[in-house]
Amino acid sequence: MNTVTVEARDLTRAYGGRAVVSDVNFTLNKGEVLGFLGPNGAGKSTTMKMLTGNLAPTAGTVKICGIDMIENPKEAKALIGYLPETPPLYRELTVDEMLALAARIHGIPRAKVKRAVEQAKERTGLTEMGKRLCENLSTGYQQRVGIAQAIIHHPMVVVLDEPTRGLDPIQIRDIRALIKELGGEHSVILSTHILPEVEMVCDRVQIIHQGQLVFSGEIETLKRSRESNRLCIGLRRPPAAEAVLALPGVAAVEEAEGMLLVRFADGSANVAEAIVQASVAGDWGLYHIAPDATSLEDVFLHLTQQEEVVA
Amino acid sequence: MKMIFTIAGKELRSLFASPMAWVILALLQLLLSGFFMNAVGRYFEAMQGSMLPEQRIGFTAFVMPQIFGVAVLVLLTAVPLLTMRQIAEERKNHTMVFLFSSPVSLFEIVFGKFVGLMAFISLVTVMVLAMTLSMHVATDLDTAHLLTNALGLWLMAASFAALGLFMSSLTQQPIIAAIMSFIALLGLVIIDNFATDPESPLNYLSLMRHFEPLATGVLSTTDIAYFVLFIATFLVLTVRRLDADRLRG
Repeated sequence: MNTVTVEARDLTRAYGGRAVVSDVNFTLNKGEVLGFLGPNGAGKSTTMKMLTGNLAPTAGTVKICGIDMIENPKEAKALIGYLPETPPLYRELTVDEMLALAARIHGIPRAKVKRAVEQAKERTGLTEMGKRLCENLSTGYQQRVGIAQAIIHHPMVVVLDEPTRGLDPIQIRDIRALIKELGGEHSVILSTHILPEVEMVCDRVQIIHQGQLVFSGEIETLKRSRESNRLCIGLRRPPAAEAVLALPGVAAVEEAEGMLLVRFADGSANVAEAIVQASVAGDWGLYHIAPDATSLEDVFLHLTQQEEVVA
Repeated sequence: MKMIFTIAGKELRSLFASPMAWVILALLQLLLSGFFMNAVGRYFEAMQGSMLPEQRIGFTAFVMPQIFGVAVLVLLTAVPLLTMRQIAEERKNHTMVFLFSSPVSLFEIVFGKFVGLMAFISLVTVMVLAMTLSMHVATDLDTAHLLTNALGLWLMAASFAALGLFMSSLTQQPIIAAIMSFIALLGLVIIDNFATDPESPLNYLSLMRHFEPLATGVLSTTDIAYFVLFIATFLVLTVRRLDADRLRG
């Protein structure tokens, strides 16, 4: 199934001449979970607001299942479920009332409202909470009600702005599982600044920095860029650098904090083996060898500092 | 259309979820019943004093304008308190996003809120009307006159609500919305006092000048049109204001 559900073209938003989001382009297919990643103030929330019709773009278009958000806002909004940064809950309503309101306002026929509310509560683990006032719920439960109201009408696209904020670790696990499950039938766009979260639940990831997309691609690509081509080795009796450099596949050697960082050429998989053998043969006293994995944070930093589209 | 009633229903529910609506209803009834008894007493005094038939006026014409006049003044202070939260607080609590991202138009949001307020105002009007109609057991009432009074009260309160809604859309602070609506309404009610000659346009602007004919039992298209235009103007301004939110962010 390769149906495009969200299509953003040259999305730009400027406040008083300063572009907060500029020329953001992407498409989302049915059943995909797209992670929107970026540091604070990068334009994540602004983009979400434009996608959901809460904010008019200065330039560019948003199409939901082919329907233009600016020309036909009602039809387009009917296909979207949105959880903003702060869950939009009427404090004086109970959870049941709040969800029933969300169902009716999204055009669910009166007779089916009750079932829709029950289903949404079940999916977000709110079954016990129906009679409680939104006002009296803890942050985590308010967040769940926020998610419940976003998915109650089975929208084609679910947009979640930092869905796991304020949740405890168990709730985070549950919500992540729910997002993965949502990805099966809906398309999900999820913004976050938590990197492992993206790795866990998203199929595709986009990194936004200072209003521009600096990376857009499969999560696998991002993971691969994590696996570095460096080995960190520790030797009791290190030989001259030339000896290591002479080993097959080794491209560069540098010293760092008593360890040797060995960079090897792409495609040479047996460098580690060669080093171990050479160490034994030359009595270098090898006590540590490990791939020098850059963390996802490093990749992220790297991407947000160079400011150019990688893929 | 269905959405308007969905939103109106939610607004009405929210109104009654706070003590405000109940307090207003109860105090209004208490205050009006006091005035009502007082007015009935004074009617007997006045009529005993006036022996000539041409000095005598009917019970409805004597008592009812007083009662409805007081009701208008009470609503002048009460309606801004009801409207102040409508949009300002939704902004403050980030619930406006809920309505903005739902498949409803801005007109449906604003009109839905207005209909919700009108449901409450209609309830107030019906309660005032029911109190005055209770005199039916003691005397012949001029029902038509009573009804124009009730219509006047209803239209006045509707105008208050429309203006209050607009003021609420201008700010994030409910209290500021309430103060601004109250001052604007008070100004519009008494503006005719500043008119120096009877042809002054200030007279046309005054809300009170359009309520008085209804209070005396005159049902004129001019007055009805004034109220309808007044309400429509402020509802359209509110829609425009919310649209600016979306455009300017």
